[in-house]
Amino acid sequence: MNNHNKFSDERLKLSPFHERQAALNVRDAWSVWNGYKFADYYYDAEYEYFCIRNTCGTYDISPMQKYLIKGKDAESMLNRMVTRDISNLAPNRITYVCWCTNEGRMIDDGTIFKIGANEYMLTCGSPNLAWLKKASFGYSSIEIEDLTDTVAAISLQGPTSFSVLDDMGIAGIENLRPFDFITIEFNNSELTISRTGFTGDLGYELWIEKNSAIALWDALYSAGENYGIQPYGETATNMARLEAGFIMPYMEFNEALKTVHFQHDQTPFELNLGWLVDFKKPIFNGRGALLTDKKNGPTYTLTKLDIEGNKPAEASYIYADEKCTKEIGYVTSAMWSPAVKANIAMAMIKTQHLDDELWVEIYYEKELRQYDKVVRCTKQKKPFWMPERAKLTPPRKY
Amino acid sequence: MKKYDAIIIGAGHNGLTNAAYLAKAGLNTLVVEKNDYIGGAAVTRELHKGWFYSNCSYVCSMMRQSIHRDLNLTKHGLILVPYLGTVNFSDDGDTLSAYHSEGPYYNELRARSPHDADAMFRLQADLNRYAQLIRKTLLRTPPDPTSFRPRDIKEMLFLAKEFGALGEQEIYEYIRFFTMSAAEYLDDYFEDDLIKAAMASPGIIGTALGVYSPGSAYILLHHVMGDVDGSIGAWGLARGGMGAISKAIAGALKEHHGEIRTNSPVQKIIVKNGKAIGVALESGEEVYASIIVSNLDAKRTFTKIIDKKDLPQGIYEKAKNFKIRGSSGKVNIALSALPKFNNLPDNKYINRGGQGFTGSLKTMEKAYDCWKRGRWSEDPFIESVIPSAWDPTVAPPGKHWMSNFIQYCPAELADGPWTPEKRDQFGQTVIDKIERYSPGFKDLIVHMEVRTPYEIEKEIGLTEGNIFQGELTIDQLLFNRPFPGYSQYRMPLKNMYMCGSSTHPGGGVSSACGANAAREILIDLKKPNTVPEDDCFDE
Ligand SMILES: Cc1cc2nc3c(=O)[nH]c(=O)nc-3n(C[C@H](O)[C@H](O)[C@H](O)COP(=O)(O)OP(=O)(O)OC[C@H]3O[C@@H](n4cnc5c(N)ncnc54)[C@H](O)[C@@H]3O)c2cc1C
Repeated sequence: MNNHNKFSDERLKLSPFHERQAALNVRDAWSVWNGYKFADYYYDAEYEYFCIRNTCGTYDISPMQKYLIKGKDAESMLNRMVTRDISNLAPNRITYVCWCTNEGRMIDDGTIFKIGANEYMLTCGSPNLAWLKKASFGYSSIEIEDLTDTVAAISLQGPTSFSVLDDMGIAGIENLRPFDFITIEFNNSELTISRTGFTGDLGYELWIEKNSAIALWDALYSAGENYGIQPYGETATNMARLEAGFIMPYMEFNEALKTVHFQHDQTPFELNLGWLVDFKKPIFNGRGALLTDKKNGPTYTLTKLDIEGNKPAEASYIYADEKCTKEIGYVTSAMWSPAVKANIAMAMIKTQHLDDELWVEIYYEKELRQYDKVVRCTKQKKPFWMPERAKLTPPRKY
Repeated sequence: MKKYDAIIIGAGHNGLTNAAYLAKAGLNTLVVEKNDYIGGAAVTRELHKGWFYSNCSYVCSMMRQSIHRDLNLTKHGLILVPYLGTVNFSDDGDTLSAYHSEGPYYNELRARSPHDADAMFRLQADLNRYAQLIRKTLLRTPPDPTSFRPRDIKEMLFLAKEFGALGEQEIYEYIRFFTMSAAEYLDDYFEDDLIKAAMASPGIIGTALGVYSPGSAYILLHHVMGDVDGSIGAWGLARGGMGAISKAIAGALKEHHGEIRTNSPVQKIIVKNGKAIGVALESGEEVYASIIVSNLDAKRTFTKIIDKKDLPQGIYEKAKNFKIRGSSGKVNIALSALPKFNNLPDNKYINRGGQGFTGSLKTMEKAYDCWKRGRWSEDPFIESVIPSAWDPTVAPPGKHWMSNFIQYCPAELADGPWTPEKRDQFGQTVIDKIERYSPGFKDLIVHMEVRTPYEIEKEIGLTEGNIFQGELTIDQLLFNRPFPGYSQYRMPLKNMYMCGSSTHPGGGVSSACGANAAREILIDLKKPNTVPEDDCFDE
């Protein structure tokens, strides 16, 4: 037996786009997401990040979890599960949601696509099938289908993304507003295109039955040739989403159902996602606990920080004083932002200390020696990166 | 008649930076620019419909990050993107690709010379060390070594401390370095001619020195001391061309209520009782201000726009003898498709970097010999980049433009003045050379802008077309720039300052000269300093 077969059971699953992506992964930089082999980066992470900001790039989101939820009770079930009110969601619209335990701790976040009156697609970063099943107890007319392994999905992000789709001849793409989606025919399959993404820039996500994945890739890359298209991986995504102020599991939040230590998970209010919680809805999971959290104020509040200097404040503590005697929080994600030219971070800060001075102690290494410095942080209200083009409809054609 | 707090003559990126800081400090500020566009040598222009050239400067690595951040230039539309490595071509068509990633680059060098692949690590460490020291001086005003004022003493001590931290041996090396030629400096590291030539080539860019001329080692350092987001020596491109930098700074200036008047060439600085009090425009209009700042080079400032009789003794002569020799040309070419080069794989990343038509050390030196004899080089060194290969805003989709910087091209020809015919012949020499490495290249040409030092001087007023506003030789650096005794941005007339690349730290798109000058002006006005300190990554 050759070695390949010997370990075949243990190898990672390959995405429907793998063949094309493997050919472009010049640096063999792979990691893993939900059991799929998944690129960290392909050629150069910084270059790929800049493609998102400057031209366009594709990010394989096939390993994302995709659930088709159908039936008369689909809406009530989802509305009971998530904190946001989805009853007003129009067909062909998408909404960003989160869902919580009874204690109001966040299980995951994701998006809901309203396909038709009794048909929705829920997408999220981690498997949630078991929770969905639990949440549908007592509802008689509901069907949940896990599309994760049958539907391929790819995110196309960046200022030239619209030009690529337009050159592919996708009718009506110019009218798609943020959080709209359309479904068209492509390669004898249904292709769903949503104006969504995780980069804070102009961008789209494309969903297609997996046998048409390669055909879709080839069409994208053929039209994208003139628009600087480039695959990007986890590293570039993580940079772009931090600039856009989006939260990431295991950075900003610990999924509640996987949390061991008491309250090492978060509430939506702590994550600054209070706007996702709609108390006008009489009943939804976690409502009571969240009401209390809102009334008392969350223990921590996720805060965007602009930090002096240029050393990323990774895994640092936040203090209320320069001498670092009063610890008031911790950094969840940090980086030097090449587009904004600022040292940015998100941090969990104890709500009662939000108006204190904010200092961070940063450790960094220089040729095997550890250094540290204490610098000032300034709170930022808005995302660090929020270009007009992200919202513009129709977008600019290059 | 309205009187301004400050008038800046010239809307080069340094003039704009200076004005932005003065306006930010609350001064009523006006910039007057002779052209109908702003930016000086940091400019983007559409000379052929749909194609946007960076007509002069084309790559960016010296731009001070702290100024970018402080003036919020991203908000004003600026985004700097690092480009991938450069390919150097030898005389006989061999290629050397400086890949963006350490492993592949090492392998590429090793294929030519295992010895040199190894030595590259040492060179990079040494250059990094030198660069770090220089970088620390960029956003500081050079001390006057003859002064006993506390600030000068403090700055001298700062320099001494930083210098001392190198260790005794390195101090000797460093001093030697400043007086060496690029080629001889590299002899200590490399044996392969193409590697040596490729590494030496930044040592001749923009200077009237050859690879074997003492002083070219510093020019090399000047070109590798910059960084993009902390990666020292890396170069980036401005999205939308270099003009995007000037535009963003102008945006910051306007945000702080500064004004810009284009099409307003200054004829003379108005001087009264030894004080600069305003400017007389060529239109005849006079505009007054408490402070006059010149963004022009030192030679132009003191020999063209100030009356000789208004100057203290000796300044005119100093300015006249200021070393500002033109030696570079620029050919911008609009292309109907991406050119393909011999001996390179069909690898899309390579096109997203630069091309160095380097040849060899000998070819570069021969090119310099031509310059000395008042001719352009028949086989010139060309440094190229195809900005449209990554920037979707500078050419129509699928079309491209190539920026070619040429060394050498004299400001004055031995056989008489420049004419349009001679200029076009110079352009022909350049495309002939590129065609040798890229057969079919000429068929792709849609439009061409050929610029000799003559055009550069005529259009943006860089005397002799010298790209740095004055040679970067040790006699014109740091506290000697532009002249000994005048390195602190204050000029011999009262209320008059300089803020262009003729001042410390010299040429390149860095905003440092303009920002440093603003700091000195604010000190004189007893206003709080709003100019940020540098934000070096290596600290
Ligand atoms: C061909 C070329 C290539 C270069 N390549 C690079 C590069 O790739 N990277 C890099 O970093 N640097 C490069 N440089 C150098 C860099 O561009 C310059 O050092 C820098 O832009 C100078 O900026 P400045 O503001 O000091 O002066 P300038 O840009 O020279 O600005 C002076 C301004 O004054 C105006 N002016 C002149 N006379 C008058 C008058 N009488 N009245 C009113 N206004 C007047 C001019 O029109 C101009 O706008 C290059 C330069 C050239 C010429």
